Amino acid sequence: MTATTTSARSDLAELGRSETALRTFLHGLPGVDQIGADQRAAQLGTRSIKTTAKAQAIDLAIRMVDLTTLEGADTPGKVRALAAKALRPDPADPSCPHVGAVCVYPAMVPYVAEVLRGSPVHLASVATAFPSGQAPLEIKLADTRAAVAAGADEIDMVINRGAFLAGRYQEVYDEIVATKEACGAAHLKVILETGELVTYDNVRRASWLAMLAGGDFIKTSTGKVPVAATLPVTLVMLEAVRDFRAATGRQVGVKPAGGIKTTKDAIKYLVMVNETVGADWLDPDWFRFGASSLLNDLLMQRTKLTTGTYSGPDYFTLD
Amino acid sequence: MIFEYAPAPESRSVVDLKPSYGLFVNGSFVDPADGGSFTSVNPATEEVLAEVAEAGPQDVERAVEAARTAYQKVWGPMPGRDRAKYLYRIARIIQERSRELAVLESLDNGKPIKESRDVDLPLVAAHFFYYAGWADKLPHAGFGADPQPLGVAAQVIPWNFPLLMLAWKIAPALAAGNTVVLKPAETTPLTALLFAEICQQADLPAGVVNIVTGAGETGRALVEHPGVDKVAFTGSTEVGKAIARSVAGTRKKLTLELGGKAANIVFDDAPIDQAVEGIVNGIFFNQGHVCCAGSRLLVQESVAEQVLASLKRRMAQLRVGDPLDKNTDVGAINSAAQLARIRELSDVGAAEGAQRWSPPCELPERGFWFAPTIFTGVTQAHRIAREEIFGPVLSVLTFRTPAEAVEKANNTPYGLSAGIWTDKGSRILWLADRLRAGVVWANTFNKFDPTSPFGGYKESGYGREGGRHGLEAYLNV
Repeated sequence: MTATTTSARSDLAELGRSETALRTFLHGLPGVDQIGADQRAAQLGTRSIKTTAKAQAIDLAIRMVDLTTLEGADTPGKVRALAAKALRPDPADPSCPHVGAVCVYPAMVPYVAEVLRGSPVHLASVATAFPSGQAPLEIKLADTRAAVAAGADEIDMVINRGAFLAGRYQEVYDEIVATKEACGAAHLKVILETGELVTYDNVRRASWLAMLAGGDFIKTSTGKVPVAATLPVTLVMLEAVRDFRAATGRQVGVKPAGGIKTTKDAIKYLVMVNETVGADWLDPDWFRFGASSLLNDLLMQRTKLTTGTYSGPDYFTLD
Repeated sequence: MIFEYAPAPESRSVVDLKPSYGLFVNGSFVDPADGGSFTSVNPATEEVLAEVAEAGPQDVERAVEAARTAYQKVWGPMPGRDRAKYLYRIARIIQERSRELAVLESLDNGKPIKESRDVDLPLVAAHFFYYAGWADKLPHAGFGADPQPLGVAAQVIPWNFPLLMLAWKIAPALAAGNTVVLKPAETTPLTALLFAEICQQADLPAGVVNIVTGAGETGRALVEHPGVDKVAFTGSTEVGKAIARSVAGTRKKLTLELGGKAANIVFDDAPIDQAVEGIVNGIFFNQGHVCCAGSRLLVQESVAEQVLASLKRRMAQLRVGDPLDKNTDVGAINSAAQLARIRELSDVGAAEGAQRWSPPCELPERGFWFAPTIFTGVTQAHRIAREEIFGPVLSVLTFRTPAEAVEKANNTPYGLSAGIWTDKGSRILWLADRLRAGVVWANTFNKFDPTSPFGGYKESGYGREGGRHGLEAYLNV
């Protein structure tokens, strides 16, 4: 990267030291026209991805799935089965790739770790008083440390939306910095909960805030509020990571989560990644889907492409 | 990973092309009196699509006569609610056959199927639906208690939106009680002829719609025919002026929709990503073959570098190629003649010192193609900033203050459209008041709707099409 990038990087690093500087910077970002962003997302959704391109997209999407269960009813048995599926999504077809990661609550991490040990599948844990984030900072950090100690190599934290919406950007920033520190070597995904931020201007600001504070990934949603990932929100976040890399040289990943259920949906997201940020992000290291039921639809479509016929849902595992 | 989209061609089999087409006069297809013909080619491949009859003065005479008879005996006396029934029927048939019409439009014109399918055809149907609604409500349109039609309308339309321009002309004319003789452009006559079949399918009374195909001479014979009461033309300013001269001193009513050199104005507080989409849509939509295309980008100097970098990155994503591929963004240039004009003006731009840039893009070997192009460092003195190129070529100029933006935007003989990109509502209103353009788009571009009037200032023509205003051109007021 060039000298200007280096100086831009150090300038941006200074921002986190003052509430005023942060606010001035975030409010100085170009606005997002909601109608225009919605239209662009809808336009990209009309791309026709067929035959070889579809096969390529399905395999990539499978590798990008963060196979997720975040229920009060999760048990060791349930999460072990999910981890087994993550390793071999289609037992009938050894050429089927494994998923990107398994994502569970901190208490379930040890059971998943047993299954995934030595495999290339990552182990993600939500933390920081997921999903609301409404707990004292010390508890959020302890939550994070516990998940990492139990074997998680990716942490999905939630930002403090209350503080963000109240305009206390410094507080949000500091929490992310502290969580990043608590993560140690684990990768940090920062959940913006865009369904609660509502406006695209907020989404863009929160994206920059999370990246400035050191997040490795920005993620749309917890899946626990009515509005989860949408194409336009993901578009705004992709534009943010693109602009952030241009300004600082650091690449940040994006993870839409919640509500992505079909192969058709997943392919729309991949088209959007392709045409907004390009090939550099078309990799499980830089783009993930937070999903559970999506995987089986991907597997069904994959089988349809390879065999020419649809198999019934009974031919795909339910974990 | 490199994500290559596999070819996704729309099937041609929905279109049943005949080897040759006659003229549509008095409800049926007839051979021309002197047997002349020409061919229509697919601009993407140069393949001949069909042979089409060339109408001479005698044929025009027959068509005008048929329209006159239909006007006097059937369509003029018919109650508005009955005319509406025919228009609604036509609108529904267009919707039912929209895939067929879209494929044929892309074949004959070269525009991408995603545009003919998602923009042209929905608007065509919407126009007929909209004016069908007016047919029995003319006394409430604000043109008097009982406004009367004009009679026979001579309509000459261009090749850039063949079916949509047909709809803009025919729907209001018929709703108001006129009959029409329409001449489509010689490079794109086929969808008009398919529309003639739709008129038959809808049992539209004979002679209400007549379609005469041919080139400039046919058009001249039509607009100069003493039996027409109304002339409506969409096309170049040069031809428009000739028509205005020939119509001067006659009782004919005239509306003209001519060229443009629209300014798309981007301020420093604009939503940049959406503005870039708007710039791309403004000039590369329909290969830039759009009279209201945003062919001059006026960008505030303080954000020019950032906007241009984004624009170039976005242009590199444009997919140029087979118009029938569902993923194509930019199709073929409509004709060899138009391609030659775009090349000529682009060469002039480079020779006059502007910097030319196109993204790397592979163009097909056969057919008429031109890569999306931008010129930077353009000034008001450059020909590419003044003359209508009517192709995928954008001239980029800068400004410092809102007043300078207005001055530059208005400094053109044209005045069809303009675009404003800013987050400030007050600035949009301030600017819209001062821009001499028939349409001003704010934070969007190339948006059309049948309820909204469209038309120009200055050398972009006069009269309005669309909306309640569009009725006035076809009523005796």
